[in-house]
Amino acid sequence: MVDVTPHGADLIPPAEVGEMDLYHPHSWWTKYVFSQDAKVIAIQYSGTAMAIGLVALVLSWLMRLQLGFPGTFDFITPEAYYQFMTMHGMIMVIYLLTALFLGGFGNYLIPLMVGARDMVFPYVNMLSYWIYLLAVLVLVSSFFAPGGPTGAGWTLYPPQAITSGTPGGQDWGIILMLVSLILFIIGFTMGGLNYVVTVLQARTRGMTLMRMPLTVWGIFTATVMALLAFPALFVACVMMLFDRIIGSSFFMPAIVEMGEQSPHNGGSPIMFQHLFWFFGHPEVYIVALPAFGIVSDLISTHARKNIFGYRMMVWAIVGIGALSFVVWAHHMYVSGMHPYFGFFFATTTLIIAVPTAIKVYNWVLTLWRGDIHLTLPMLFALAFIVTFVNGGLTGLFLGNVVVDVPLSDTMFVVAHFHMVMGVAPIMVVFGAIYHWYPKITGRMLNEAMGRFHFWVTFVGAYLIFFPMHYVGLVGVPRRYPELGDTAFIPPSVHTLNEFITIAALTVGFAQMVFLFNLFWSLRNGKDAGDNPWRATSLEWQTAGTPPPHGNFGKELPVVYRWAYDYSVPGAPEDFIPQNDPRPMTQGGPA
Amino acid sequence: MAIALVLVLVVIGSVLFHVLSPWWWTPIASNWGYIDSTLVVTFWITGAVFSAVVLFMAYCVYRFRHKEGQKAAYEPESRKLESWLTLITAVGVAAMLAPGLYVWKQFVTVPKDATEVEVVAQQWQWSFRLPGADGKLGTSNARLINSDNPLGINPEDPNGQDDVVVEAADLHLPIDKPVKMLLRSIDVLHDFYVPEFRAKMDMVPGMVTYFWFTPTRTGTFEVLCAELCGTGHGFMRGIVMVDTAQDYTTWLQQQSTFAQLTGPAKVGALVEKAKAAAKLE
Repeated sequence: MVDVTPHGADLIPPAEVGEMDLYHPHSWWTKYVFSQDAKVIAIQYSGTAMAIGLVALVLSWLMRLQLGFPGTFDFITPEAYYQFMTMHGMIMVIYLLTALFLGGFGNYLIPLMVGARDMVFPYVNMLSYWIYLLAVLVLVSSFFAPGGPTGAGWTLYPPQAITSGTPGGQDWGIILMLVSLILFIIGFTMGGLNYVVTVLQARTRGMTLMRMPLTVWGIFTATVMALLAFPALFVACVMMLFDRIIGSSFFMPAIVEMGEQSPHNGGSPIMFQHLFWFFGHPEVYIVALPAFGIVSDLISTHARKNIFGYRMMVWAIVGIGALSFVVWAHHMYVSGMHPYFGFFFATTTLIIAVPTAIKVYNWVLTLWRGDIHLTLPMLFALAFIVTFVNGGLTGLFLGNVVVDVPLSDTMFVVAHFHMVMGVAPIMVVFGAIYHWYPKITGRMLNEAMGRFHFWVTFVGAYLIFFPMHYVGLVGVPRRYPELGDTAFIPPSVHTLNEFITIAALTVGFAQMVFLFNLFWSLRNGKDAGDNPWRATSLEWQTAGTPPPHGNFGKELPVVYRWAYDYSVPGAPEDFIPQNDPRPMTQGGPA
Repeated sequence: MAIALVLVLVVIGSVLFHVLSPWWWTPIASNWGYIDSTLVVTFWITGAVFSAVVLFMAYCVYRFRHKEGQKAAYEPESRKLESWLTLITAVGVAAMLAPGLYVWKQFVTVPKDATEVEVVAQQWQWSFRLPGADGKLGTSNARLINSDNPLGINPEDPNGQDDVVVEAADLHLPIDKPVKMLLRSIDVLHDFYVPEFRAKMDMVPGMVTYFWFTPTRTGTFEVLCAELCGTGHGFMRGIVMVDTAQDYTTWLQQQSTFAQLTGPAKVGALVEKAKAAAKLE
């Protein structure tokens, strides 16, 4: 049976760590800038990710302005549109979501939640951030390079990524993009090794793997996946860089470019797609699994109820992680690969729906007979479930090979992946920030601003992306800066596009309120105390708030139970912290 | 409380939008009605799941929202419930996958009597080639492309001499005859996409891809490129006209073959160039 609340566990003396084992920083620089404290690195990662994310947000406005009101804005040429589109996609997927979930939440939460003093390799952890920052700066520099950033689409498919018909293809754009990705992967690997080893080696006494909060399970599994998946992107980037700079032909067949015979011969454009999606599909879950984990904890804490089916949730995370490595070519059903691959990849893809559905059931079953506090984190968690279920279900259209054929490369795909890996994980990001901001800063975020932010973002995002599926169903292709006079596209689609643009701008505005709230509440937020949500996991049981360097003071906590002892029958309060040694004689899933 | 109401409205709104909105797929003009049927089945199954999950959530939020003195139940897991849900989900998934794979089998099995038609894409226009009287397309190679031979047809291949070349003009197809579209690109990725035909496929330089369909309705259909191919991607359009057999024959007679376009003198020069190109490789 469930090994979650062993009864009558003996008191174990906590491990003491001498002061000499904690290399506290001695100067302002080593405390706040070149810090080796995972919590500071987390804030650096998050701040940088949100700053570059803001660029991606503005780019999305420019794209929507063009799509809603084509021909109105002269500076948005097709070249510019493709550059905005490419940079928006790449920033959101890699530099914002991956960096924020793993570099941001991973760094902050892993050591605190497993009861460690820090990551196991703090120096390498610091390097990880600075290399990430360098990758971001290289990316940003492409906006100012001759020819501007690459407009190859975030998938960077060759040959067009490095040919002259694409913005940045024969200029600096694509080179800087590839170099930036290579740097990102190097930086990520340094951080990722840290997260994995910390979870495996630095858990405090009593913190068995099956007592870890699902947040840690999600981030841990995603990191293992990222360490396995990013190398595929790494080699693809290096090879494409060779094709572009020294004229090799990894991905370049003999082509005629603008009337000229190219020097390339014999390369395979489809091989790039396989490498890209061997990374790219796990990447979807690299973003989704931390969100799955975090949202589980948000729902459990704010519904004052244990997460339903904890063990199933863990195995679903691990199962999804493993399966996600054998579904990559569902992005390539109409790529020209051998059509018989379709049978295999459609089957694996639809199988992955089963563990994913189990997670959804367990989230909503956690709400059942709960004591639901409609706090901001809970509201965002509910919004996540709605948007994730919506986006996940449209994945069943696109994963089912023959249904994908008419829909692939249309706006249906754009609507699907924005809903499932844009809106849904970002709902979790917001929920998580409202949840952990009090621990990070010691103050609560402003509730009124938060509620305004929630309603506009949730309702607005749904109004943007739900109708967009139907634009794709009509047949409107993606990656078109304007639709022109196309017979099969009725004028009502243009009206719908205007509506979507207005909704997008409104949602964008609400994010400014959120950012303002982040700064405003630093000084003016209500005092949070150590455990404002009355939560069980270890990060809420630190000596002070924000937690000091070393996290737990002189004695590390000892863990006696799982992270979900909410509303245990017979317990004096509706939560029992993981480090509470009192044996609970009643209840519990013995 | 507002959230429970909004969740219910999300479900009602989404269903009404699906049923009432004017945005639906274009009237089909090919044999791939099965694809549309599979899509409709998928809509029903997923729509039911979405509505059930979100309405259940709305009920939970309404029924179990925090009130003074309320306490949550303590229920870590239920193997029975979890097993049932897993089983039902697996059945639902199979109900979508099975017809999907069945139709895919048809999609990838080209009928023996299908006529071959070649589509050649380049930035940013469409050209076409039809087998001539011999019913065979001649071989081709990107290295043979020049201003006199824009599609890179092998001048030494006798099968290619009578191939009908339609450069940067409309393609005509006869109604009710299965056709295998052989897809070739000479520069970057493209994708031959006619929404009314439902089928589409990427075109990849260095290889020949294909799909097949049977046009079932006469008319003029717009060809779009569906794979990002550079700055002109959104403007890469073409026309396919599905004709009655008679109209098609009339059109075909007006087209020129490769040999007619190049003339005997030019063919000789092209052969020389082809040999020179072969040496380069």
